[in-house]
Amino acid sequence: MTKIDSKIPEGPLAEKWSNYKNHQKLVNPANKRRLDIIVVGTGLAGASAAASLGELGFNVLNFCIQDSPRRAHSIAAQGGINAAKNYQNDGDSVYRLFYDTIKGGDYRAREANVYRLAEVSNSIIDQCVAQGVPFAREYGGLLDNRSFGGAQVSRTFYAKGQTGQQLLLGAYSALSRQVKKGTVKLYTRHEMLDVVIIDGRARGIIARNLITGKVERYSAHAVVIATGGYGNTFFLSTNAMGSNGSVAMQCFRKGAYFANPCMAQIHPTCIPVHGEFQSKLTLMSESLRNDGRIWTPKKKEDAEAIRAGKLKPTDIKEEDRDYYLERRYPAFGNLVPRDVASRAAKERCDAGYGVGSTGLAVYLDFSDAINRLGKDAVAARYGNLFQMYEKIVDDNPYETPMMIYPAIHYTMGGIWVDYELQTSIPGLFAIGEANFSDHGANRLGASALMQGLADGYFVLPYTIQNYLSDQIRVPRFSTDLPEFVEAEKGVNDKIKKLMSIKGKKSVDSIHKQLGLIMWDFVGMARTKEGLETALTKILEIKKEFWSNVRIPGNAEDLNTELEKALRLSDFIEIGELMARDALDREESCGGHFREEYQTPEGEALRRDDLFSYVSCWKYEGEDKAPELLKEPLDYEFIVRQQRNYKS
Amino acid sequence: MDKTINITLKIWRQRGPKEKGAFETYKLDGISVDSSFLEMLDILNEKLINEGKEPVVFDHDCREGICGMCSLYINGHPHGPDEGITTCQLHMRRFKDGETIIVEPWRSAGFPVIRDLMVDRHAFDKIMQAGGYVSINTGGVPDANAIPISKADADEAMDSASCIGCGACVAACKNGSAMLFVSAKVSQLALLPQGKIERARRAKAMVAKMDELGFGNCTNTGACEIECPKNVSISNIARLNREFLKAKLQD
Repeated sequence: MTKIDSKIPEGPLAEKWSNYKNHQKLVNPANKRRLDIIVVGTGLAGASAAASLGELGFNVLNFCIQDSPRRAHSIAAQGGINAAKNYQNDGDSVYRLFYDTIKGGDYRAREANVYRLAEVSNSIIDQCVAQGVPFAREYGGLLDNRSFGGAQVSRTFYAKGQTGQQLLLGAYSALSRQVKKGTVKLYTRHEMLDVVIIDGRARGIIARNLITGKVERYSAHAVVIATGGYGNTFFLSTNAMGSNGSVAMQCFRKGAYFANPCMAQIHPTCIPVHGEFQSKLTLMSESLRNDGRIWTPKKKEDAEAIRAGKLKPTDIKEEDRDYYLERRYPAFGNLVPRDVASRAAKERCDAGYGVGSTGLAVYLDFSDAINRLGKDAVAARYGNLFQMYEKIVDDNPYETPMMIYPAIHYTMGGIWVDYELQTSIPGLFAIGEANFSDHGANRLGASALMQGLADGYFVLPYTIQNYLSDQIRVPRFSTDLPEFVEAEKGVNDKIKKLMSIKGKKSVDSIHKQLGLIMWDFVGMARTKEGLETALTKILEIKKEFWSNVRIPGNAEDLNTELEKALRLSDFIEIGELMARDALDREESCGGHFREEYQTPEGEALRRDDLFSYVSCWKYEGEDKAPELLKEPLDYEFIVRQQRNYKS
Repeated sequence: MDKTINITLKIWRQRGPKEKGAFETYKLDGISVDSSFLEMLDILNEKLINEGKEPVVFDHDCREGICGMCSLYINGHPHGPDEGITTCQLHMRRFKDGETIIVEPWRSAGFPVIRDLMVDRHAFDKIMQAGGYVSINTGGVPDANAIPISKADADEAMDSASCIGCGACVAACKNGSAMLFVSAKVSQLALLPQGKIERARRAKAMVAKMDELGFGNCTNTGACEIECPKNVSISNIARLNREFLKAKLQD
């Protein structure tokens, strides 16, 4: 069996990253100019990496599907970014941030990677402030912090409810500076459709110009993937409409392992689903759980009356409300991690206590906070989120509690990478949400921004040099090489095949079908039987798609339906991979909950003796089952426990 | 909850930047008032695809009012009749049963039409590249708390920084001016100690690029401020003018 080498450096946990940096190989400035790097994606990870690599002197080609790098979906992150600054003097440290992240991920991440993440977290805040990111401040002029789920300290830095936007604009400004200097060339409205491998190394990409429809070739000495997660497999998610997992699948089909595909995060506080026409789900930031209290009625008859529109939430007396998170998890209360909060909401709704017209919603109530702090103070903290809620639901959250329900939000799984963020294909790197590396089975709030920027600013710019140091004599590649010709032909053949189906169903209608199956069988609660059903049904959808999809227009032209079809063809395969992985993992951990494996109190039951590994799926060919390789997770430095948020 | 309306849409269709466009009329029945404006367009496109026609092309992505991608001119207003929101946050409950809704792309010399309702906003990236940043490299920066910043300045910088770069200000302006966009970035960075060092250079470079790219001048009509989905204030333009003048006087 193939052995998986994660290349963790020697030494004590706290010294591994320094050891690595002290001994890694570097590329001298004159040689950097001769090396080309393709970065795909311009979110927090992609933009920060492209900017930093450009600053170092590499020649960077940066691709994105949107009209501007600033549109990447990192922009929508609301709540904040974690760092172990301990500015609040409340007991935080690098170790504690590391420990909370490992525990929050239900002990399914690598110790060394997570420690490094916590270690560089402080530099990220320094970097962003220096760029002019307007983080929230106290009257004394110093930075303010708030709390997030899964932590007992306040370590989250924020910029109103638009932290992702401000951090991305910071990275985008750094990127813009490099574009001006000529070290980075931007390719907007370009979609990567394949990675080109020459002699076993990643040497370029095939991309489609989304305006002209032309398929183009680009070569480089290394390729960096920063294309985000695959949450849109579920059709309805908090992701942007264009977010997709296609690049991950292209790498997978060329031999890169896909790690832990089943690990997807369901975010507990989203606006509930309300109609068939719905195109996406809107997240309400986790920061709201700092001051909002989550409850359902204590009596079933009250819940029924609310669903029928006969009672309002404000009619329910205090003693008839069940603040179920505070009841079940006294130590963390409303600030339990996301997976725990989501499952608890599902449990209440399944038991018949849900509210809203569908019964699939719980209340997030700010009346206590408004009484304690005043309406103005609450508005200053969450005003833009309240406005967003009111515009969508047509209800005023200052007066009546918000209704929320879990929705797919983030994927912890992704392209497998080693400690250097290199995939199993030499020269192919993956950063940010696109890789699987740091969040284990569940990501804590405000840690995605931290990881994206850690990878892009402070990890990849080092580790990629270790790879490139022996590439300095390799001349630039011609895109006329047979490998490029062949990859381009593969892409064109696939497009031709899709265009020639001329069936009866729109891409979206098939995607919606896939989403329902994913939500019902590969969602918050999974069973062996359900997952087997999912695999059968996904196969049926695959057949339906490849025989009955309708794509109007031409391929060599701007064609938004063709773009969606190409992405859906990959979502179908990701769905299959997710179900397969969930079936293999006969335990419950973090976002992956198998009903067969739970404690008597209904908490996730991990099985460390059997499943303490990273599932690495290896492509074996079209219509063949992928091979499962296992990277063992050895915990050298901390003792694994059942996660406890009760005491 | 289940209230629906019937509407008539007049939508601008245009094959390419150099081709002639025209309005086409579509009727849609039974649109839920709880659907968003873009979900209504999804329904229209689903219908067009089922009829074997090409769907209406429009830019959109996050659908939660922050990416700045959506850009429709609805009944004469960028992002539609509601205030303080983007097109994707506009809901059909804002329209009446039987209403005719006119949908156009941003119309401005700076933003050529690509297809139908999709326009090219590259110019904004180019203005940013001219100087919308603090010239520092990754690493080697001081501790984040080393320079205290007054809460008032930080909050004001945040208000300026909330610009999403959608271009509604340009579309709303009779002169096609990009002053609100440029001034928001210049203000944000001029308010913070980190950005002050390059303030003069930045103001001049960004204004020069804006002029070069064919955006018009500001005549203080205030339309941009009213139509801005993020309520970015016109006082930013006043600050830009001061910054620009100061910079020029230093020359």
